[in-house]
Amino acid sequence: MWKRDEAVKPANQPTPAAPVAPTAPASATAAPQPDTRRIERDLVNIGKSVVIKGELSGSEDLTIEGHVEGKIELKDNVLTIGPNGRIKAAVFAKAVIVLGEVHGNIAASEKVDIRDGGSVDGDIVSPKVAIAEGAHFRGSVDMQKKPGQPGQVQPVKTEPSKSAVASPPVVAQAAQPAAH
Amino acid sequence: MSPTKALARFTVGLTGRAAPVLLDLGPVIGGNVSFFGERLGCKIVVEDLAKDIDRHVTDRKLAELPRFLESRIARDTESVDGVLCWDLFDFLDKPSATALAHHLARVLRPDGLLLAFFNTHDPKAGEPQPPALYTKHVVVDSGHLQHRTYAASRGKQKPFQNRDIQKMFEPLRITDQFLLKSHMREVLFR
Repeated sequence: MWKRDEAVKPANQPTPAAPVAPTAPASATAAPQPDTRRIERDLVNIGKSVVIKGELSGSEDLTIEGHVEGKIELKDNVLTIGPNGRIKAAVFAKAVIVLGEVHGNIAASEKVDIRDGGSVDGDIVSPKVAIAEGAHFRGSVDMQKKPGQPGQVQPVKTEPSKSAVASPPVVAQAAQPAAH
Repeated sequence: MSPTKALARFTVGLTGRAAPVLLDLGPVIGGNVSFFGERLGCKIVVEDLAKDIDRHVTDRKLAELPRFLESRIARDTESVDGVLCWDLFDFLDKPSATALAHHLARVLRPDGLLLAFFNTHDPKAGEPQPPALYTKHVVVDSGHLQHRTYAASRGKQKPFQNRDIQKMFEPLRITDQFLLKSHMREVLFR
């Protein structure tokens, strides 16, 4: 049986590179390199037990599993009404996904999607509307009017009530992984 | 998939109108909303009257149904361009059907169209009664429909005679009607 002679190494074999110790950052507050930076978006979730009465507005995607009465405005973002969500409000968003209940008018600049089990009682203004087989809907659907035209849902931007959740847009940066 | 002859004439009648308002008396069907909303540019108002019928049956308030239907549709007079009744009238007795027909004639614009399907098959004594089922009419295209049934609180009522249909929808007039092999009569009113 041939046995490899550990002492003899074949010619032209590249020598394995020595592990490179990562250089320590110049300071603890050095700006992260763009190619190693991870951007994480916060997922804002209003939980089942939360009740909000007032006007809710923001500039990030939002999922509601609680109760909201009043107005909801997420002009450039997606609003998801979860299966436990109960909304009695006028809604204005980029896109609205309904798995729970909405009593109120909905205006979306892109799409309204009522999923199986979802329920909407109100008027919808949106260029695209999808209604699943098991969804409930009562009201009108207008796919020609643009949201925001006179006569449509016009959420009014006012100071949010104390009970409303209104967080500024946040882009979270992951910390640099520690060197070993 | 079943053929339909009247639906094509109904959609042609709505084509070219500026922002036509369509009243759909059936359960909401996503595909139909897309068909009438995207392709014909309609604003669609969905009023599922089958649920109202079921509620009156289960609450044993059928005697109140005609009065309820007289003002059920919250629309102004002559404010609707088209009405899709599908086969809803098959599930109404004559007083209820008359009340609803008069109400729909009132909300329909003078140049509006109304499409309704009427069953013509009356089971003879001894024949088994058909099951109590509503039908969802899913528009495939202007010449074809798909049918999906679901439970109803009661079955179809005795079919209406043609003269009864003409009278209950006055002042609307029947402009087209087609008798299909399925014993369904498709009637277009203007």
